Amino acid sequence: MSTASDFRIPVRRGSIDWSKPVFMALVAFLAVLVLLPLSWLVYFAVTDQAGKVTFANFVAMATDPTLRRPFILAIGMSLSVGALSCIIATPLAWFVARTDMPGRSFVRIFVTASFVTPPFLGAIAWEILAAPNSGILNVVYRSLFDLEPYDHIVDIYTLPGLVFAISCYTFPYVFTLVSNALDRVPSDLEEASAIQGASLYTTLRRVTIPLVLPAMLAGSLIAILQALTMFGSPAILALPAGFHVITTKIWSLFQYPAKPNLAAAISMPLLMFTILLLWTQRSILGRRGYTTLGAKSGVPRLTELGHWRWAAWAFTALVLLLTVVLPYLALIQTALTRTVAEPLSLASFTLDHVRFVFFEFSATSLAMRNTFLLGLMTATVGTGLALVTAYIVSRNVVKGGWMLGYLATIPVAIPGIVLGVGLFLAYSNSILPLYGTIWILLIAFLTIEMPAAYQQLSSAFRSVHVELEEASRILGATRMETLRTITAPILRSNVIATWCFVFIGTIRELSAMILLTTADTKLVSVIIYDLNESGDLGAISVLGLMLLAISFVIITIANRLPLFGGPKLTSLRG
Amino acid sequence: MDRRAFLATLLVSTAITALPAFAAPVVTYEVTPELIAAAKAEGTVVFYSSLDVAVAEKLAAAFEQKYPGIKTKVERAGSERVFQRVGQEYGSNIHNVDVAETSDAVHFVVFKRNGWLAQLQPAEVAKLWPETARDPDGYYAAFRAHLSVIGYNTKQVKAEDAPKSFADLLLPKWKGRMVKAHPGYSGTIMTATHALSQTLGWPYFEKLGQQRVMQVQSSTEPPKKLAQGERSVEADGNEYNIFMLKESGVPVEVVYATEGTPITIGNGAIFKDAPHPNAAKLFYAFMFSKDAQQLTSDVGGLRSFHPGVVEKPDRTPLSKIKLLYSDPQKLDKEIEAIKKKYEEYFGT
Repeated sequence: MSTASDFRIPVRRGSIDWSKPVFMALVAFLAVLVLLPLSWLVYFAVTDQAGKVTFANFVAMATDPTLRRPFILAIGMSLSVGALSCIIATPLAWFVARTDMPGRSFVRIFVTASFVTPPFLGAIAWEILAAPNSGILNVVYRSLFDLEPYDHIVDIYTLPGLVFAISCYTFPYVFTLVSNALDRVPSDLEEASAIQGASLYTTLRRVTIPLVLPAMLAGSLIAILQALTMFGSPAILALPAGFHVITTKIWSLFQYPAKPNLAAAISMPLLMFTILLLWTQRSILGRRGYTTLGAKSGVPRLTELGHWRWAAWAFTALVLLLTVVLPYLALIQTALTRTVAEPLSLASFTLDHVRFVFFEFSATSLAMRNTFLLGLMTATVGTGLALVTAYIVSRNVVKGGWMLGYLATIPVAIPGIVLGVGLFLAYSNSILPLYGTIWILLIAFLTIEMPAAYQQLSSAFRSVHVELEEASRILGATRMETLRTITAPILRSNVIATWCFVFIGTIRELSAMILLTTADTKLVSVIIYDLNESGDLGAISVLGLMLLAISFVIITIANRLPLFGGPKLTSLRG
Repeated sequence: MDRRAFLATLLVSTAITALPAFAAPVVTYEVTPELIAAAKAEGTVVFYSSLDVAVAEKLAAAFEQKYPGIKTKVERAGSERVFQRVGQEYGSNIHNVDVAETSDAVHFVVFKRNGWLAQLQPAEVAKLWPETARDPDGYYAAFRAHLSVIGYNTKQVKAEDAPKSFADLLLPKWKGRMVKAHPGYSGTIMTATHALSQTLGWPYFEKLGQQRVMQVQSSTEPPKKLAQGERSVEADGNEYNIFMLKESGVPVEVVYATEGTPITIGNGAIFKDAPHPNAAKLFYAFMFSKDAQQLTSDVGGLRSFHPGVVEKPDRTPLSKIKLLYSDPQKLDKEIEAIKKKYEEYFGT
């Protein structure tokens, strides 16, 4: 017997393939997460206040111009945001990842700053900067050229103003995806092109851009969807201008006397529009193979820009000035002066707003605690779920895996405010009494963040060649082991990026939360919104800057922790 | 719960099946040492309010100072948000709120009709408040009143050029230079819009809508836009915010229009299922005490029904202002129509 044990073949640990049960559990979980609020919405859309089946809501939508107009404006707005984000972010990403532009290493920090900034906070900062009369930029402009009051150079309370203010905070989606993709474009392809005599421009057009096109599209798509379902920025900038987009229109339908049925019906075309977008993206990407990371990889080549370096630098500086530097300065000034109109000086300096936020405003500390607790929980659980989902879908682990992809993407089409109502209805009855607890907020956050997390990780999976995983499987590892020991480490930077995406997404989420928070489950974003509605810009600036500071700390820690492979992060990029 | 009833209460629609109102006699109460002790044992009071956030926090701080050991949680939002939140919570049997106050008198008509209020009246209210400023059945009472006024930035507009009436606001010179709040969001503005639509008629709003008015939400905001210098004139907004800004040295001024000035009654009440019933009673009584009423007048610029309150000398007393009233019972039925017309003229 002793000889037998000496020669025992090593038992494969975890030799049961867990992928089936994991798949089933995921399907069940995502289905509940997504379909429960969604079915409430559909039910609401086709019924009236008394619960009778009716199509009156859709008839109203088709005939009432006050309902049609917000659609046209919202779609125009979000497509413009997508285009503008792509135009800003793609050159920026190329400069940073593949050229010798001076100051490249700082750009990522600034882009992170822009990404961390909640769009509604950015919109408020741009109100301070570019309101037609009191905006700092306009005040400076008037004093420079000695002009009359009300003469202005920029007006943020317009549709282009709104597009600009949103794009400032959606372009990082495109930037991150494109620069990650550029990091992975093997230089041998570009060199091959150069050897064949192609100019820089031709190489860019024929080799580099096609290789990063999926990332550009995926990024722009996220930007479009973000803009389409965004509530805060339009509420802050479009309402004063006297127009509605879909989300603000839906929000106004919840004012007394509320019309939830009409609101649900309005969100149906939005849902279809989103599905159409996703389908388009899928069919474009489906045509070509874009695998760029195989077992062997070349080092990316830096392009020498020559004199163009400074043009690139100027473009980058302008973008960062407009999206980060000026808004932050505006918030700092507002936090420290009595009223917004005064320039910061010894005479106007005050700590009143700081004192108010920390010592008089009773909601502050509770809201901070809730916000960061939920941020950590959502980021961890959400990234894990998205990783497994993206793996199952992209590697065709089980039959019907594609369904998971759709389930995980659907919430993107539901405007936060409508999702808030769906969730409220689903979890406030006696079977699932979660309203008033932070668990309903966790569910809401997971649902909202799932599409972005899933999109990020699945586009990462698409660019990792399956050959590495196959090698692992041939050597006897199960799927789950392969995922843990091969795929996840390769995707480590993507996983960390996703974790951060979700965390940031959570602390800046506003629209769904407006209907779900209570006195005990307050969030910083909601108290900022409440303060904005009463025009307390000083207190908002203090709270906003605090939110930003803490987010930076968390991201820095996440990037440094050896656990997350911090130091190896850059080498992996090479 | 029956789904229909659930939805109805959730959305506080007008279709609510009202609980039968029992004509029980008004219950008045005094602040006794027993009440104070019981309130301290509960330790917390939750106050939903649409007061300007700084005023609400000061009121809470004054309460905490007078009765140490009782923490006041202030939930500040616009009137309509407070109303929506209470409706949502009571609809799903969540009893978070002890005491609420909003600046839309319709809300308390609805709350009372739903049977959500406690029938409790502080002795001070019973003794000192005019009958028109309290519910005859003793469910709620007027914690405050305030006006929605025209106002202007004195740095940008000279006193002699300032508008004197609502008709003046329609002059071409104010095009693109005005700010106003929204009746769908602000109870004050809903009340004011109702009163003005009866006095001036809808053509006034139709013409005002062509003046490229900057549209904000809360009635606390137009005065802040004046202070900021973003717009020179407010077509409506809280009088008390202008008082507060003016008294801190900001160049803003109030105009009492020749046609009259809309007044808003802000009621308060204790909720029947208050989680801290004794702290609620104590806080509610405190709200109507002379100290609290004087405080909200001094720091908040609010109008009080307490006869003992002395207003700052430079404020025009209510008796010298021509007031325009809106009947909440009538307004309740017209909200829908007002919002529709408003969107037609102003775009949102």
